[in-house]
Amino acid sequence: MRFFEDMEVGQRREVGSFTFTAEAIKKFAVQFDPQRFHLDEEEGRKSLFGGLAASGWHVGSVCMSLLVADAQRQMREATARGEKIAVWGPSPGFRDLRWLKPVMAGDTISFVSEVVSKRLSESRPGWGILEGRHTGTNQRGELVYSLLATAFVPRRG
Amino acid sequence: MTTLTFEDFAPGRFGSFGPRHVTREEILAFAAEFDPQPMHLDEAAASRSMLKGLSGSGWHLCSLMMRMLCDGFVGRTASLGSPGVNEVRWLAPLRPDDELTLDVDVMEARVSRSRPDTGIVTFRSTARNAAGQALCEMISPMIISRQARAATEMP
Repeated sequence: MRFFEDMEVGQRREVGSFTFTAEAIKKFAVQFDPQRFHLDEEEGRKSLFGGLAASGWHVGSVCMSLLVADAQRQMREATARGEKIAVWGPSPGFRDLRWLKPVMAGDTISFVSEVVSKRLSESRPGWGILEGRHTGTNQRGELVYSLLATAFVPRRG
Repeated sequence: MTTLTFEDFAPGRFGSFGPRHVTREEILAFAAEFDPQPMHLDEAAASRSMLKGLSGSGWHLCSLMMRMLCDGFVGRTASLGSPGVNEVRWLAPLRPDDELTLDVDVMEARVSRSRPDTGIVTFRSTARNAAGQALCEMISPMIISRQARAATEMP
């Protein structure tokens, strides 16, 4: 991972894509969001979604998994170049999460992360606070997911 | 069981739900699939992290809160889904063997302008551990059928 000083507002990364199979949608929903339109095709057709739709928390969790995988890929590359690795801190939260369109069984969602703002932490010297917008777009080019996330990022030195 | 409709949600305390016990195995399984950062997977790395010990993914905690909402009342509510989440604040780490309770308040309930047979209810849900410490606060709207619409849809 990169340090606070290396991040610039407007930087944009494609973090990867994921296909939401009916099986994966139901597996997540049984555990965490057992509403009828996330569990059953016919119930989904009768709902506002018009078919089996993924839980919004499933979409957010998949985005997180791709962000982590992308960060770990960057870390391996930096290690291979012999660079110092930044270990990011935990996130205090997020806001403005929008499930703009349903994610339906069979949809492939591609996620992008963009740096929106950066500032130094007042409470934790040595750390900066980064705000990033994560978005998801389906195979038809429709924006389906958007979120403004906050993270603690270490400063160099 | 009676189905809850928009009319059943008035501003103020709606209810408290749980407890829900969270195991170490669940924390590790969620982290392995969705958030494989060392602070959620590895005791040694976790003890060196800002959270000082193994902690559950914030997305795991949010997903558990969703499940507690479903078991608490969403499962018997004429819910049509949610457009998003206004804000989530992760206040303290989720730990193995936490007993979660969820306090749910209705912040606002209004009839939808675009779909007048539905209403939008905004909830504040606070997950706490057994000591009463707030771990996560979530502010999120839900679209819920009004009584007249629910009467034509529900058997």
